[in-house]
Amino acid sequence: MSVRTLTIDGQPVAIAEGATILEAAKEAGIHIPTLCFLEGVSAVAACRMCLVEVEGISKLLPACVTQVAEEMVVHTNTPKLQEYRRMTVELLFAEGNHVCSICVANGNCELQDAAIKVGMDHTRFPYRFPNRSVDVSHPQFGIDHNRCILCTRCVRVCDEIEGAHVWDVAQRGTAAYIVSGLNQPWGEVDACTSCGKCVDACPTGAIFRKGTTTAEKQRDRAKLEFLVNAREKHEWTR
Amino acid sequence: MDLQELLEMGKQERDRQDLKQTRIRCCTAAGCLSSGAAAVKNSLEAAVTVANLEDSVEVCGVGCLRFCGRGALVEIDPHRILYEEVTAENAPAIISALSGEERNQEGLPVQGDRQHPFFALQMPIVLENSGKIDPERIEEYIAVGGYQQLHHVLMEMTPQEVIEEIAKSGLRGRGGGGYPTGLKWATVAKMPKGQKYVVCNADEGDPGAFMDRSVLESDPHRILEGMAIAGYAVGANYGYIYVRAEYPLAIKRLEKAIQQAKKYELLGSQIFDSTFDFKIDIRVGAGAFVCGEETALIASIEGKRGNPRPRPPYPAESGLWECPTLINNVETLANIVPIIREGSDWYASIGTENSKGTKVFALTGKVCNTGLIEVPMGTTVRQIVEEMGGGVPDSGTVKAVQTGGPSGGCIPAEFFDTPVDYESLLKLGTMMGSGGAIVMDENTSMVEIARFYMEFCRGESCGKCVPCRAGTVQLYELLSKFLDQQATHADLEKLKALSYMVKETSLCGLGISAPNPILSTLRYFSEEYEELIQQDSLNGKVTV
Ligand SMILES: Cc1cc2nc3c(=O)[nH]c(=O)nc-3n(C[C@H](O)[C@H](O)[C@H](O)COP(=O)(O)O)c2cc1C
Ligand code: SF4
Ligand code: SF4
Ligand code: SF4
Ligand code: FES
Ligand code: FES
Repeated sequence: MSVRTLTIDGQPVAIAEGATILEAAKEAGIHIPTLCFLEGVSAVAACRMCLVEVEGISKLLPACVTQVAEEMVVHTNTPKLQEYRRMTVELLFAEGNHVCSICVANGNCELQDAAIKVGMDHTRFPYRFPNRSVDVSHPQFGIDHNRCILCTRCVRVCDEIEGAHVWDVAQRGTAAYIVSGLNQPWGEVDACTSCGKCVDACPTGAIFRKGTTTAEKQRDRAKLEFLVNAREKHEWTR
Repeated sequence: MDLQELLEMGKQERDRQDLKQTRIRCCTAAGCLSSGAAAVKNSLEAAVTVANLEDSVEVCGVGCLRFCGRGALVEIDPHRILYEEVTAENAPAIISALSGEERNQEGLPVQGDRQHPFFALQMPIVLENSGKIDPERIEEYIAVGGYQQLHHVLMEMTPQEVIEEIAKSGLRGRGGGGYPTGLKWATVAKMPKGQKYVVCNADEGDPGAFMDRSVLESDPHRILEGMAIAGYAVGANYGYIYVRAEYPLAIKRLEKAIQQAKKYELLGSQIFDSTFDFKIDIRVGAGAFVCGEETALIASIEGKRGNPRPRPPYPAESGLWECPTLINNVETLANIVPIIREGSDWYASIGTENSKGTKVFALTGKVCNTGLIEVPMGTTVRQIVEEMGGGVPDSGTVKAVQTGGPSGGCIPAEFFDTPVDYESLLKLGTMMGSGGAIVMDENTSMVEIARFYMEFCRGESCGKCVPCRAGTVQLYELLSKFLDQQATHADLEKLKALSYMVKETSLCGLGISAPNPILSTLRYFSEEYEELIQQDSLNGKVTV
């Protein structure tokens, strides 16, 4: 396996060929914010939080899917990137109905973390107050579309790890939403094995365990990685 | 079929046509059909029968005659008389005028002026058969030399030679981006042997654009022949035409053309007894603009949700079912046959330094002559809008012309002497796009125009990435705020900041180019935004 050396924020990094900038940054202890990325499932580069600047390339590149190249010079935290990341989070907050104070994921939410990280204290865009629904037809779980940021992590984890493909995206643009089954209530979807992987995958409080109260949602993210390792590398112990 | 049979078939068709003294060509493309062309054709046929002229007069349905704004159009050979706004009632008069004496008689429609710059400045290469042949009869395509270039390529050229010829011609993609076609073909050809595909992008979703539709409706076999040549060059044996469902006539004619070509073994296995196989299938898109984006189009053909994905890998490397895939626009593929026939030097002699050949534009909006035009690259905007288009009706003044659709921008009248080519348009902050050209007069509000395109992008965003899904919504709201005269200077700054953010961070071309209409109108017409900004003290109310 050949190795690539590159510079991230002034720091030299050596990493295996084929690795992404995100992996290389992690190796170097540099944090790049992400929302749609989830270890163990395919990357879709949809949230655009992980965009970085690469010298000599005019476009901003998503770190989660861009492979490292020899002598690449990456900047992960320029003023421009800070500004754009902040705007991205502001747009997400304005788009849904995110009322943290009554959310099961309060304190355990990746969107909230991102907002704190980018220094967002308010959004300069008017709230859209969309009329979205909550589905609690599943005996164990619920989905509150008000808190969904359409990262499709639930879609991918259910399809790629559990193999059930309960979730998908319906409609487009601002009307897009996550559907279960053939646009049925979640509780009526026979394909659902009630494995709970989507609960662990969801970065916000959108998919939750019933009975969870405010600020109680905890995820076992390591479980997903463990399952992937078990399948791909035959490592059956945690 | 072999070459001898092909030539014989062409000769028979020409002989058949020569038997008639007069050929009445009725436009039966979608534009004229919507103005009643079907009834016109029927009544002309009936009038021929009544006048007992069946032996000497033939009425045939042809593709677009280009002056679509004056449909239904009818042209008469050999005199090349063009009648405009023809109705079924005109038929008897047209037939009796054929004798030549009663040319001024009542009941005749207005005669078009073939010498008018609208026609005179055109250079038909892509549209050379459009309006001349019946798109539903393969015989007529063969009679004008159809499928001979495919034979030539298969028998006398190596794939490498074909690619070199296309590269030397300087042809660039007509789907919007202007990527060198030869280079794209070479990339696909260089991928390891194995399953490869050719895809014709006939999704054409830009509002106001109908260039690709006209080519498909007027000359479908040319696309099939172009695709087969492309397939031979890159090593593909399968092609897909991805057409939008909104083009039922184009779909029907393509289906017919494919059947005819298959029947004569011009598509299928061992074409012209060579070792080359090529099949073509149609895939009908369900009406999402984003499905014209190549990675979304691929997902759609594969039967998945039409979402774009990040590139690389490019389709040339990993496209349909992860196989190397060549994706070209309709007009790009329509240029292949003439380039092979006349040679790359000939093609490269047309156009400008870096933009070769011609470009088809759909000229619409506030302009006297609307329709389809094909002009050499380098023709000035002024020639197109003022000479060919005849300017604004009722002697209004032209303010700007919008090109490139929702991805493009406006060219203000003061820059009308700019030659139309890829680079010049980019310098003006717009782009060639697929070829929509919408003329605007002095009454047009540019902020309104920007909002129109933003509304389009907002509705067509696939919703996958945040800047495009949520950003276009906020951009639309901001523009509305201006139009409602509720905006402040802070909103202007916000509008700019968000435009750049959406442009620089979106995943695919839709989001990347969605702010262009705003940025281009801000560049040339910023005073219109300023004028809409709420006064600090309006109706006694104070704003912050
Ligand atoms: C949102 C979007 C819509 C597009 N729509 C079309 C289309 O309708 N037709 C087309 O040929 N190309 C379209 N394109 C460009 C294609 O992705 C692609 O570049 C083109 O088909 C390549 O062909 P060419 O090299 O012959 O131009 C679109 C691109 C984007 C980003
Ligand atoms: S509980 Fe498991 S099977 Fe059911 S939707 Fe979630 S991930 Fe899919
Ligand atoms: S429900 Fe959760 S995991 Fe699924 S798309 Fe929404 S935010 Fe992402
Ligand atoms: S830019 Fe718009 S259309 Fe393209 S992937 Fe993002 S949301 Fe979808
Ligand atoms: S984490 Fe890379 S785009 Fe979302
Ligand atoms: S559609 Fe008839 S002239 Fe164009």
